[in-house]
Amino acid sequence: MTILTATLGIAAVSFGAGLLGSLTGLGGGVVLVPLLTLVFHVHLRYAVGAALVSVIATSSGAAAAYVREGYTNIRVAMILEIATVIGALAGAYAAGFVSPRLLAFAFAVVLLFAAYRSLRPQQDHSTTAAADSLATRLRLNGTWPAPGGEQPYTVHHVPAGFAIMSVAGAISGLLGIGSGALKVLALDQAMRLPFKVSTATSNLMIGVTAAASAGIYLRRGYVDPGLAFPVMIGVLAGALVGARLMTAARTRFLRGLFTVVIVVLAAEMLIRAARGGFQ
Amino acid sequence: MRAGTPSSSARDDERVLQTWIGRVLRAGVVSAALVGLVGGAIYLSRHGTAWPDYATFHGVPAGLDTVHGIVRGALEGRGRWITQLALLILIATPVARVAMSAVAFARERDGIYVGVTLVVLALLLYSFLGGRL
Repeated sequence: MTILTATLGIAAVSFGAGLLGSLTGLGGGVVLVPLLTLVFHVHLRYAVGAALVSVIATSSGAAAAYVREGYTNIRVAMILEIATVIGALAGAYAAGFVSPRLLAFAFAVVLLFAAYRSLRPQQDHSTTAAADSLATRLRLNGTWPAPGGEQPYTVHHVPAGFAIMSVAGAISGLLGIGSGALKVLALDQAMRLPFKVSTATSNLMIGVTAAASAGIYLRRGYVDPGLAFPVMIGVLAGALVGARLMTAARTRFLRGLFTVVIVVLAAEMLIRAARGGFQ
Repeated sequence: MRAGTPSSSARDDERVLQTWIGRVLRAGVVSAALVGLVGGAIYLSRHGTAWPDYATFHGVPAGLDTVHGIVRGALEGRGRWITQLALLILIATPVARVAMSAVAFARERDGIYVGVTLVVLALLLYSFLGGRL
């Protein structure tokens, strides 16, 4: 295989991951590591390095659009970024001491969690009930541009959100993914932000969380430009095209399809790791 | 800008910050993509034959793993280093966003959030530099 054909092949597969991830709203990052390791036989450490960098590109692109439309709660993001960044630094350090085989097991579990979350209906838990005193003191309550005009919402359970976010950060640093599913869980179910605000705020935080791990990955030599760049450009192009194609009708079918892909990849990773792969 | 909403100056500050965050993120991603395409073209035109062995982990060549080494190699016009510089620009984009937020909160005289933002910024710089350049 020449460099050119391999590079184009990797960019094409990454394009597909970015496209499906964007159309389904599940993010393409989570399938990249299994695709790179299982299909292209890339070592897990290079794969997580490449995936993490591409996560920064797609989340920053999405965050730029959301923040200009006024969905993002910047204060909530700032407070919780302390948790995700500390978690990410710890996770990225730990990644160097955990065997690739154990990481592959952990990855399969996270894939199954993402598949489970994607099957649940998206529910809005937002409320205008009196906010927690901590949320009020930190001025976290906000408004968002709902279809019928600017809607106020209040923020709850800040310490619980902070705790879940530090776990999300650690998983992100350990496995090189955005862990957006866990971030949205904290924002939407624990802190009760409106669903769109949760998604927008999560996207803004994913970039910073991933950057914290990426610094450590870069210094450890996990980020190889010959691999990471075609992955990043492919995923980014796929996400951009996906954002333009977005139609509500096909989303349900695509979510189902993507969930099946995730489960198959998780099973394959578990089998490989159990048989002594990922050395 | 919606006229007549309460505390419109605070809201204007918020809108300005949102606009700038959007611009910085977009500029970072676009410039990373462009720089990377240039580096990738140079790399592929010079090394278009053998596919490196990514199946076993052996890190990256010396100089591709530090900020200093990446910038130096890129200035020498080496394709892989220019591509790595693109990835460095990408990784630095969220860091720039945090730095910009710190300035915005300082202008709003929002002490708590200046502190919060600086803590995040310090942690990010630690990750990047890890005590050395």
